[in-house]
Amino acid sequence: MFPLIVKRLAVGLLTVLAVSIIIFFGTKVLPGDAAQIRLGQAATAENIAAMRERLGLDQPMIVQYWTWLKNFVSGDLGVSLAADVPITDLISDRYKYTLIVSGLTALIGVPISLMLGILGAMFPGSIYDRVLTFISVSLVAAPEFFTATLLVLLFVFWLGMGNAVVVGSIEGKGFFELIKHFALPITTLCFVIASQLIRMSRAAVLNVMSSPYVEMAILKGVPRKRIIFRHALLNALGPIVNVVALNLAYLVTGVIVVEVYFGYPGLATLIVQGVQTRDFVLIQGLGMLFCLTYVILMLIADIAAFASNPRLRHPK
Amino acid sequence: MSDKSNQNDDIVFEAIDLSINALRDDKSELPIVKGVNFKVRRGEVVALIGESGSGKTTISLSALGYCKPGLIFAGGQAKLLGHDVTKMSVNELRPLRGEKVAYLAQSAAATFNPSILINEQVTEAAVLHGSKTQQQADEKALALYKALELPDPENIGSRYPHQVSGGQLQRLMAAMALCGDPDLLVLDEPTTALDVTTQIEVLKAFKHVIKVEEAAAIYVTHDLAVVAQIADHIVVLYNGEVKEAGPTETIINSPQHPYTKRLMDAIKPLPEPGQGEQSSDKHLRTSPALEVKQVDAGYGKVRNGKAAVQVLRDINVAIERGKTVGVIGESGCGKSTLARVMAGLLPPAQGDILLDGEPLPPSVRERTTDQLRKVQFVYQMADTALNPRQRIKDIIGRPVQFYDLASGKDVRKRVDELLELVELPVQFADRYPHELSGGQKQRVSLARALAANPEVVLCDEVTSALDTIVGANVIELLKRLRRELGVSFIFISHDLSTVASFADEIVVLYAGRVAEQGPTDRVLSPPYHPYTRLLISSVPETRVGWLEESSESREAQSAVQGDVKLTEKGCPFHTRCPMAIEGTCAELDPPRRVGALGHIIECHLEFDGLS
Repeated sequence: MFPLIVKRLAVGLLTVLAVSIIIFFGTKVLPGDAAQIRLGQAATAENIAAMRERLGLDQPMIVQYWTWLKNFVSGDLGVSLAADVPITDLISDRYKYTLIVSGLTALIGVPISLMLGILGAMFPGSIYDRVLTFISVSLVAAPEFFTATLLVLLFVFWLGMGNAVVVGSIEGKGFFELIKHFALPITTLCFVIASQLIRMSRAAVLNVMSSPYVEMAILKGVPRKRIIFRHALLNALGPIVNVVALNLAYLVTGVIVVEVYFGYPGLATLIVQGVQTRDFVLIQGLGMLFCLTYVILMLIADIAAFASNPRLRHPK
Repeated sequence: MSDKSNQNDDIVFEAIDLSINALRDDKSELPIVKGVNFKVRRGEVVALIGESGSGKTTISLSALGYCKPGLIFAGGQAKLLGHDVTKMSVNELRPLRGEKVAYLAQSAAATFNPSILINEQVTEAAVLHGSKTQQQADEKALALYKALELPDPENIGSRYPHQVSGGQLQRLMAAMALCGDPDLLVLDEPTTALDVTTQIEVLKAFKHVIKVEEAAAIYVTHDLAVVAQIADHIVVLYNGEVKEAGPTETIINSPQHPYTKRLMDAIKPLPEPGQGEQSSDKHLRTSPALEVKQVDAGYGKVRNGKAAVQVLRDINVAIERGKTVGVIGESGCGKSTLARVMAGLLPPAQGDILLDGEPLPPSVRERTTDQLRKVQFVYQMADTALNPRQRIKDIIGRPVQFYDLASGKDVRKRVDELLELVELPVQFADRYPHELSGGQKQRVSLARALAANPEVVLCDEVTSALDTIVGANVIELLKRLRRELGVSFIFISHDLSTVASFADEIVVLYAGRVAEQGPTDRVLSPPYHPYTRLLISSVPETRVGWLEESSESREAQSAVQGDVKLTEKGCPFHTRCPMAIEGTCAELDPPRRVGALGHIIECHLEFDGLS
């Protein structure tokens, strides 16, 4: 099992490297010059040339890439072209927001969805299962802003609870106060990830439920609950963990619509700002951060899947 | 009066007019089991025998009140200890299952949960039902492991299923069934997937344990020879109906019903010299059709002419034109690997392959279209070897076009010819594989191989997945093709009887090495290699008492399986060999002794010592 993990780690590193090349050179071929953006339209040619030299833009591409990668590894993401502050400063505040919202969503959404999905697999074809399937399929089809709008309509306008946007500071708030603070975005995101998690956990468990060893457990008189949780779930863990990891990665990187809708500052809106202001340095830094998040989460999922397989854990 | 009630108390299970239907998609019902009656008394083993589709498994499962998904109880009763289980709810059945009645499935490898330790699975039912504490169940399990002669009984329970061998897992499943002290055991083809040498030990263990535990059993199988060893009563099933029932002796020795007689006729004769049909020499040429010389092969990276996992060592086989070479050995001995080497699917680490005396490139990728055409492959599972979305005419027509043997309208003509050749109606050309039976599908596979006008056809266990009668018909077809077309066959099988009736030459493989090879009659008569002797003596005879007799013979001692491993040096069989010479067989490669007519035995003992 250990060599397998090392292999995955190597593949993960290669992925990050490949993505870094794509991000760096991808932003380079975009129209626009970093020095020009930094100095504004009024800058003279001499000023721009001086700035190009300061930013190292006069160096060959490969050298620029190497310097950039080296700095990234040492934790220096460069200085924002638009705001003239270090990228790390720009990100750190936003990261807090994103981590809180996605962390709370995962904490609430993942266990509930998995339970619902497994319950569906326990009673396939029942009324419960059919209603669950109907709702989860509808949720897959519904875009986030639609779900968010429905929630706002329901809670804010009809029930008169709270605000339609996230307002106020998060400083000094405890766990439950934070949940209350972000109640609407968290609920929206829970709905978004729930659909996929429910469908996948249901399918994974159902798949195992048709195997001969589950039939054997039935014929041994093992109660249904134990069949699911002791016999089936262990063998369905691999695919489930992978879907969970994918959804967690989405929570960190892809929640732009929800952030904009509820008006709280997270990482996803930051990258949109970066694109709007042509802040290449910011885009590069965030791009790499997102890539790292994906790779690390997938790596954890793979290790968990390996660990749940006795053939890999205890080779002959 | 009291006598009669006593008799009734004795009945553990009784099927009364039992009927089971299959639910079709359009909600209509199709009868699968049609009013079956039989009884199982305490201490008695009743065998349900029949071919696939006879409903034997479905009937046996009714004893647990269970129907496979898509089936329903349609009438009659299945009385377990006097209670009709077909009318019970799942909650009522649960305490009975694993406690009063236990089930053993055909494939232990699929029946054990891969993620749970063996001991937990063995003791689970007894502990869950509260009839034993975990400690009592563990003690019972240990006693059963010992009774079933499992190696290292103290620790085998703390392993995962993939860490023990197939034969051991099959016996562990028996322990799982017996741990709850059930009154009735249901055994569904529990030895069918095993090698003959393993089958003997498992059968012995089952018989012993059933006797000691005083259980009653329903034994489902298609194999009359196995039934003769283990059953007291036989119920012959065909198409969901009982055709004949009675004591084992009566059914075996004087079958009444025509179907039972047909089953008896289909029993393969024991592998003895002189029964094989010798093929003619009219197709012979100066050089063999296919020859492998000093081939080493295996899987993984090849370094210095050695594969990471070595499977075959120093193999020499030649197939003359129009002749058949049977390759025989236990699972894992490298039979299929040899076929893959010949087909070019697995390039050998060392050695040469010759086609018609010309060197053949080791890998399919380097072979010319004509070389590919000359060597064709037929697989064990026709189900998976035929594309389910292609019509038969496309499946057979494809090689005809690929090898440029016909074009346009002639392709269809050729397809029709080939269908006739394998004795299938021409109308089948427009059908899909799923519309055909197992035997018909295997014939299509064969027609596809023959479509290339091959010189050599590699048949890998082509009859193993078929019912006895169907398999026998396929063998007849192969014999005819060999006679008429002059095609050479490599016939790979674990079934010595089939090979003996069909092959001109036999190669006995053990752990990747040739133990013995030569003309069929020579191999099947003394002198034998000790392993060949073990194989021959392990084929069950269809008579009562054979199992007991064979247990006492010296060969049976060696059936207790040691590790089957390809060794770097010495004879791989020495760990099981009753004649092994201390210090020699483990250390030195056995010499290749050549007898008359190219009969070869690789053994340290002289021919005289082996006869």
